[in-house]
Amino acid sequence: MARELTLRDALREAMSEEMRRDENVFLMGEEVAEYNGAYKVSKGMLDEFGPKRVIDTPIAELGFAGIGVGAAMNGLRPIVEFMTWNFAVLAFDQIVNNAAKTLSQSAGEFRCPIVFRGPSGSAGQLAQQHSQTFEAWLANCPGLKVISCIDPADSKGLLKSAIRDEDPICIMESEIMYGYKGLVPEEEYLTPIGKAAVRKEGTDVTLVSFNKMVLEALKAAEELEKEGISAEVIDLRTIRPMDHETIVNSVKKTNRIVVVDESWPFAGVSAEVTYEVQKYAFDYLDAPVVRVNAADTSLPYAPTLVDAYLPNPTKIIKAVKETMYVK
Amino acid sequence: MVEKKKTTRRSKKPTYSKEQYLEWYTLMLRIRKFEERALMAYGQQKIRGFCHVYIGQEAVAAGIESAIRKEDAIVTAYRQHGIALGRGLDANSCMAELFGKETGAVKGKGGSMHFFSAEHRYFGGNGIVGAQIPIGTGIAFAEKYKGTDNLCVTMFGDGAARQGALYESFNMAMTWKIPVIYVVENNGYAMGTSVARTSNVGDMWKIGLAFDMPSESVDGMDPVAVHEAFEKAAKHVRAGNGPYYLEVKTYRYKGHSVSDPAKYRTKEEVQDYKDRDPIKMIEALIIDKKLATADEIKAIKADVKAEIDACVKFAEASSYPDAEELYTDNYVQEDYPFLT
Repeated sequence: MARELTLRDALREAMSEEMRRDENVFLMGEEVAEYNGAYKVSKGMLDEFGPKRVIDTPIAELGFAGIGVGAAMNGLRPIVEFMTWNFAVLAFDQIVNNAAKTLSQSAGEFRCPIVFRGPSGSAGQLAQQHSQTFEAWLANCPGLKVISCIDPADSKGLLKSAIRDEDPICIMESEIMYGYKGLVPEEEYLTPIGKAAVRKEGTDVTLVSFNKMVLEALKAAEELEKEGISAEVIDLRTIRPMDHETIVNSVKKTNRIVVVDESWPFAGVSAEVTYEVQKYAFDYLDAPVVRVNAADTSLPYAPTLVDAYLPNPTKIIKAVKETMYVK
Repeated sequence: MVEKKKTTRRSKKPTYSKEQYLEWYTLMLRIRKFEERALMAYGQQKIRGFCHVYIGQEAVAAGIESAIRKEDAIVTAYRQHGIALGRGLDANSCMAELFGKETGAVKGKGGSMHFFSAEHRYFGGNGIVGAQIPIGTGIAFAEKYKGTDNLCVTMFGDGAARQGALYESFNMAMTWKIPVIYVVENNGYAMGTSVARTSNVGDMWKIGLAFDMPSESVDGMDPVAVHEAFEKAAKHVRAGNGPYYLEVKTYRYKGHSVSDPAKYRTKEEVQDYKDRDPIKMIEALIIDKKLATADEIKAIKADVKAEIDACVKFAEASSYPDAEELYTDNYVQEDYPFLT
């Protein structure tokens, strides 16, 4: 049986279930306990688990991320929540230089089973410093796994998998999608890390996306359907490791691909997808790979500029038609 | 609650057991000889990369180890050979690691800056200045979470003490009463920059006062003084009172790393510290108090020399790791799909 849950409720269920299952799992971050979460993801968790396991931190991203790393090296399984990944940049030293390197530099003497999670990407008119995506930054680094997903059911299953995983994992959510609803199974399940999901099957063009841009791709696919163009929509769900097989198999079927990616174009996720497609499906391509990214600029405040910056169905449809050589 | 020591704490030299003095002496001598040989091997290009030696600071490692338990954790920075030897990592695995060999403490993957041992509760060996301060806080956090009375000795240099990571860690550790002993090994210089040039506050122990953290300064050239300070700190921390902060005033005789000629300090300054050399001092004390004969000391020196000779031979005879090792220990997941 499944019931409708918001993304925030699904994420809370994942954390609460895993905390009931394993007493070494704990949650720490700014406002996660008494305030019930800046976006209410951890609402009620302090009441259930108490202050030992649901911990309000001071505003000290570098410090509490590092405390999480040390705790993970010493047998615990921390979930470190960042109010936004933009603030986590202050903690990148601990994520990139320590969490990601613990296993390698200790040659397996120590593991770092930690989950860093929080919202990422644009969330309205939040301007330059609160609107960035970090999938490409972190996925570049061996040692880390990177998940970026807003589907409630899959996000729950992925978070549960991440908490049980022995490797350090970064999870990107979305401020404006925490209220997004979806059917979530009642029974326990895990969603595998490193596997994409086909959100819509199609035959003429493959749209590859992740996080909330999947919804823009689906809207575009719906419009394209009216014009007789059948688009397949793939939600990567995990950025690192990337499920190239699902992408390549789709391209072998459709012979065309558009990558829809809220991150910046330069050396981003879309570039990585494009490389793999040209390497493994070169002979199947009927058109160059096209990508629809956020603009190669910082994101300003004004609504017209936000619209101009982000991918949207109009831009996606234009890109699809480019790959199909139709107007 | 706050300790306000105006002067550096000096050992009153009570009589410890003969075994204790010999333990301090032997460990300090082993570290010294190990690193002297490491420097020779570096000169022969058998050891490469960065190499920061602890020569002059051995009393700190010795005094800490005698005051804490084996179950306690230690984390430190990259000037770490001596701490690892103190923890009980054997000289063979340490020297082999410096040589980059597969028999090394971390299979030739870490080198001079990164020794680790879960068995010895040694959490490295960390290369980013100050990053181990929150990590050590987290290691100690886990001990409190698990309900043990173990603590984590979190060591860093005077340079690292200027990082924001220290402020954040001290603040949370004190707020949450985390069982950690913070140790700044103040050897006077952050690479080439003297302590006086990095802050308006010259007394490093005073940093703890902003957090109401018990804070003291200790003579780091004397293992007995270090031992006494750590014994007191450990008692305080184990009782659930939260962190303790010790400034250990020490000195490195060599440059920051092998490539540093240390022109930023005078010969006289270096000589002043060498005149207070902890190994010579403890050796003289042992003879003076008739805790051991000259022959016994000679025998210890011979044993240490044999151990160090053997570890160099062991390192030389060992193999470099196979190229396939590049893809191990990146992920615990065994079938991780690396891009190739």
